[in-house]
Amino acid sequence: MKFLVCISQTPDTTSKISFSGDGAEFNAAGVQFIMNPYDEWYALVRACEIREALGDGHKVVAVNVGPAANETTIRKALAIGADEAVRIDAEPTSAAFVAKQIADYAAKENFDIVFLGKETIDYNGSEVGAMVAEHLDLPFVSYASKLDLNGNTATLERDIEGGVEELEVNTPFVVSAAKGMAEQRIPNMRGIMMARSKPLTVVPAVAFDEPAKSVRFTLPPAKAGVKLIDPENMDELVRLLHEEAKII
Amino acid sequence: MVLVFAESPNGQLKKSAFEAVTYGKKTADTLGVACVALVLGSNVKDAAALGTYGASKVLHVNDAALDQLDSQTYSNAIAAVAQQQGATVVILSHTSTGKAIAGRLSVKLSAGLISGANALPEVNGAQLTVKKPVFSGKAFAELALTSPVKIISLMGNAVKPEATGSSASVEAVSVSIPAGRIKVKSVKRQEGIVPLPEAEVVVSAGRGMKGPENWGMVEELATEMGATTACSRPVADSHWRPHHEHVGQTGIAIRPNLYIAIGISGAIQHLAGVNTSKVIVVINKDPEAPFFKAADYGVVGDLFEVVPRLTEAYKKFKATR
Ligand SMILES: Cc1cc2nc3c(=O)[nH]c(=O)nc-3n(C[C@H](O)[C@H](O)[C@H](O)COP(=O)(O)OP(=O)(O)OC[C@H]3O[C@@H](n4cnc5c(N)ncnc54)[C@H](O)[C@@H]3O)c2cc1C
Ligand SMILES: Nc1ncnc2c1ncn2[C@@H]1O[C@H](COP(=O)(O)O)[C@@H](O)[C@H]1O
Repeated sequence: MKFLVCISQTPDTTSKISFSGDGAEFNAAGVQFIMNPYDEWYALVRACEIREALGDGHKVVAVNVGPAANETTIRKALAIGADEAVRIDAEPTSAAFVAKQIADYAAKENFDIVFLGKETIDYNGSEVGAMVAEHLDLPFVSYASKLDLNGNTATLERDIEGGVEELEVNTPFVVSAAKGMAEQRIPNMRGIMMARSKPLTVVPAVAFDEPAKSVRFTLPPAKAGVKLIDPENMDELVRLLHEEAKII
Repeated sequence: MVLVFAESPNGQLKKSAFEAVTYGKKTADTLGVACVALVLGSNVKDAAALGTYGASKVLHVNDAALDQLDSQTYSNAIAAVAQQQGATVVILSHTSTGKAIAGRLSVKLSAGLISGANALPEVNGAQLTVKKPVFSGKAFAELALTSPVKIISLMGNAVKPEATGSSASVEAVSVSIPAGRIKVKSVKRQEGIVPLPEAEVVVSAGRGMKGPENWGMVEELATEMGATTACSRPVADSHWRPHHEHVGQTGIAIRPNLYIAIGISGAIQHLAGVNTSKVIVVINKDPEAPFFKAADYGVVGDLFEVVPRLTEAYKKFKATR
């Protein structure tokens, strides 16, 4: 079996978010970048677990669409357990662009499962997975919180509003991972050492016509500040929620 | 024409479907075109009601193959109808279903996609500019769709369903649908409660509750208010509450009208899932708790006293209505 795990790099959640003066660009200065949590904790770890249970002759490939600066994040994926990595050399400009690049590469490799995270924590799109699946004409299971593979048949659970759906699909397919699929794995010293000698291939990007473009970023208006209410007087809170906030 | 896919799991139209049609109608009005709704599946009830929210007609692909979600069959059906009808804008809901199909549709229709929009589009010539929250609610991005066909998926609770028109005629349309490759074996939904992503009022509690045995008061407040309960991550991780209640960066992101946070400190990863709520009430005994910075209303006090008092106050308020 051959598994592909799509990993993206995102600003750490605790980062202060700011933009250039005209709002045209994200200001990356001083921002700490991490592997997108859903990709790392759930998609990558589950792919590695399944591959490890299958034993030798099977592999996990981590792919990132990004510039050379992302290689620290890519090496981390190798330290966690991916066998090899591919970097598609381009500045990601949109989900559509990223999906096209990944699909173009994956189409040549016949992966049994393509794993992604349920969404990136920066642009929060949840778009790439379905796009990759469509380019490859494969079934897509989104927001999977469980994945077991038995031969060519996978049993999955998928998070839906207020519940969960249990389903079955045969390989090959595309899946996006949500909490529950695996437990976070901290790379150990051995993994980190081994990652240095694992293959990391750089491939060029393919041309793509963007159907959308970024206009600007804005910050939300500052909150007016909290209004404190006497803990003895909850009637007052209810009154404010009704008369002032008008939400009850 | 603006085509709105209205979701109907189990045959019931969802609140998000009425929101999407309301949004579609307003978009169609700005563009000076018609708003048409689309429903899928063999057991859809009351589809004509979508007319009340602005659909001039409702198209129905009445096929049992669409009774369960398979992103391939769904996106095939929607794309085929969009092409047949010459839709220039397709609106979906940013729900578990919408997220599974929006990307596929955008590839099929070579259409630009903006997912999770929370404001109406602005029209600039042939472009539509749409705003959406990014960076877990810490900023907004404005994106312009430039392709001939445009797809927007709408964030839940971003617009209020507006019943303005009257019921619409429902027309059957037939499209060919490929065999699904996903077998849905079971669907488990908790009955009788509004799912968190759709809830208008959410009562959420954290480690300040001390233990699962104390949740009775949280549930009582939630029941009184018709709210759905949620919790912080450590609460779910220690199995005080079920995992599906976990909100935040690693759990689910919600956007209710009212979020009441009880004994939750307001860590940035928690805020990431709730900070776009319209009104936030924080109950915490520590006046320095970071959550107060993100709150509209704050109560500094012992939750074990404040919460029952709030429940009583709310009961009194309800009795006067
Ligand atoms: C990568 C990462 C991802 C994470 N994702 C999430 C996520 O998705 N969701 C999430 O919630 N967290 C997440 N966390 C954890 C987050 O950082 C916090 O640790 C967590 O939110 C704290 O939960 P809490 O507020 O319930 O508990 P605490 O931080 O322990 O806060 C308890 C609060 O209760 C108050 N309190 C105590 N007793 C009383 C009383 N009697 N009356 C009133 N108030 C009282 C205290 O003053 C305190 O503010 C994540 C962390 C990391 C590192
Ligand atoms: N630049 C990228 N390189 C590789 N994979 C990516 C990239 N961007 C997004 N992905 C994958 O697509 C998933 C969904 O991203 P999004 O659609 O942007 O929310 C992520 O969780 C990743 O698995």
